[in-house]
Amino acid sequence: MTSLTTVSRRDALCLTAAALALAPGLARADAAAVEAELRKLYGDRKPGSGKIRIDVPQIAENGLVVPISVEVESPMTEKDHVKTVHVFADGNPLPGIASFRFTPACGKAAASARMRLAQTQNIVAIAEMADGSLFSTMSEVKVTIGGCGG
Amino acid sequence: MVSRRELMQAGLAASALLAGSGLSAGRAFAQQKLTQGDILRFEPLGNVTLLHVADIHAQLVPTWFREPSINLGVGEAKGRVPHITGKDFLDLYQIPAGSPMAYALTAEDFASLAKNYGRMGGLDRLATIIKAIRAERGENRCLLLDCGDTWTNSWTSLQTKAQDIVECMNLLKPDAMTAHWEFTLGAERVEEITRSLPYPLLAQNIRDTEFEDKVFEPRRMFERGGVRIAVIGQAYPYTAIANPRRMFPKWAFGLREDELQKQVEEARGEGADLVVLLSHNGFDIDHKVAGRVRGIDVILTSHTHDALPEPVRVGQTLLIATGACGKFISRLDLDVRAKRVQGFRHRLIPIFSDAIEPDAEMAALIARHRAPYEKDLKRILGRTEGLLYRRGNFQGSLDDVFTDAMLEVRDAEISLSPGMRWGGSLLPGQDITFEDITNASAMTYPQCYRTTMKGAMLKAILEDIGDNIFNPDPYYQGGGDMVRVGGMGFSVNPFGTVGNRISNMTFLKTGAPIDANRDYVVAGWASINEGTQGPPIWEVVGQYLTARKTITPRNESAVKVVGL
Repeated sequence: MTSLTTVSRRDALCLTAAALALAPGLARADAAAVEAELRKLYGDRKPGSGKIRIDVPQIAENGLVVPISVEVESPMTEKDHVKTVHVFADGNPLPGIASFRFTPACGKAAASARMRLAQTQNIVAIAEMADGSLFSTMSEVKVTIGGCGG
Repeated sequence: MVSRRELMQAGLAASALLAGSGLSAGRAFAQQKLTQGDILRFEPLGNVTLLHVADIHAQLVPTWFREPSINLGVGEAKGRVPHITGKDFLDLYQIPAGSPMAYALTAEDFASLAKNYGRMGGLDRLATIIKAIRAERGENRCLLLDCGDTWTNSWTSLQTKAQDIVECMNLLKPDAMTAHWEFTLGAERVEEITRSLPYPLLAQNIRDTEFEDKVFEPRRMFERGGVRIAVIGQAYPYTAIANPRRMFPKWAFGLREDELQKQVEEARGEGADLVVLLSHNGFDIDHKVAGRVRGIDVILTSHTHDALPEPVRVGQTLLIATGACGKFISRLDLDVRAKRVQGFRHRLIPIFSDAIEPDAEMAALIARHRAPYEKDLKRILGRTEGLLYRRGNFQGSLDDVFTDAMLEVRDAEISLSPGMRWGGSLLPGQDITFEDITNASAMTYPQCYRTTMKGAMLKAILEDIGDNIFNPDPYYQGGGDMVRVGGMGFSVNPFGTVGNRISNMTFLKTGAPIDANRDYVVAGWASINEGTQGPPIWEVVGQYLTARKTITPRNESAVKVVGL
């Protein structure tokens, strides 16, 4: 009855969370890092809202493989189509998650992937259209050790 | 919130509130005489009757269940039902203090009222009520829907892998169910049961992790009273986070609000006159869903164990909340014409076990399932001098028994016990039986671990669980109540932000502040980790009670709620 058991996964997750919280020296991206990436790509061009949607869970079931789907409204014609979509996470060591390139031949601008998230953070997706206009959207994904529900 | 007055003004509801039930101010209840006739009294309305049960937690026989005295709402839910308790709740619904419904719905004067009004629930009583309503209304107008958390959390359900409760529920002939704790039986067992189930387990929001295919039927169309009713199932969206994912490793959950909208539209496209969401989201999530997903007429809510004597209306959507552990069944009569709800009448029907004649067939089935375990169930472990209960946002007196037991039996400095909303109550002077303890602990991952954690980790755990309950956006809430803690006191500000809600963590043994860098010996149970080792929690609590013999509940709490 007095032996110490092994540290559980739940505890290990707690450890991870605590370690992150306690290690200010550990490099992590933030909103500014995402802004810097966007500036590198698009300079001072400001994205509009709408057209682009991302589907991510509100709370990740497993931070190691978080599903993400992105879809952009577009007729996908030669003149009017989506060229690229970039996805960023503002709390990972490196903010870049994925980049998708589209052509009119794609028929629609939709893609899915899995990403690894170290902690609760915002996911930002930005689409560049053939005419150079930009659209972006953001959604928070919570990474938690879990509660003991209902 | 939709206030009582607004509901009245809406016209639809006036009949539901007063004329139909006569419950809040009914003479029979004011006189405190309960009869089965009073409990069943209902003037039928319209063409369809929905019957709603939720969160039975495998309670076959009547129990004591004290409702929370603290159930805080945050964000938009602050001060809105179901986050109103005690006297405020009685005032809001004009329920006389000391009446049967005051006993059933609040913690006010619980111990003494319990002696007057007796235990609540019992599937044999529920069967009587359901049969009576079907007989009066006509079976072809009734739809019985079960929101889940039905198959687990009693000793007999644990021993029979839910066979007892599944057979009893089958006798009630539900038309559909959805689920949450059911999944802790493991995917194989759930599939085995659902294959033999005479009604569907509906869940639009469960996918296989590889190809995102739907695992369960998302919805089903029923016809009752000439009305085409689409029932869409919504399993608990955060099952894979709140419970061990390894038990159903190939299933992914989530809210999937966009998909839900599509389900509603498809159902309407197929000619549904009425769309019902059979939901295990929890009340606050469903309140938000009702405001965002178009075209749902009724949400049958669950998970958060709220019992509300009136529907809550959000736009055109009615939210029904039916409580837990078999205490209630909701009856909702609907007048559906031209694909619209033209009127409704509702009653939260209390299952007062002393006033309702048990259904003989169900009683016999329950007795047959309990017989092999009766000796264990009745085994007396100790006695309590005061009221023991769990339900509430923060540590209850029954939780103190669990956290104290872990400190003593596992020789720990600090103990952690999950804030689950199930687990009944015990009255002052009552013997504590093995059944009482397992009703608050029977689960498939009961090991009581012993480990060390740094103070910083304890803080991280408390903050994380605090955010699960008090995140101002209900879509980010995991449900349940705050983790229960032994050996350590703390302050919590529900209206803080993650990382800033918990303060003044104190090691009670010395009175010193918790040291972020010191290792503490911690015992806890219900870890979602694979390979957690230790004796089942009911053995730990049983050993403690057997040694102690008598429990005297503490009056003071080591948890201080601040920022209110």
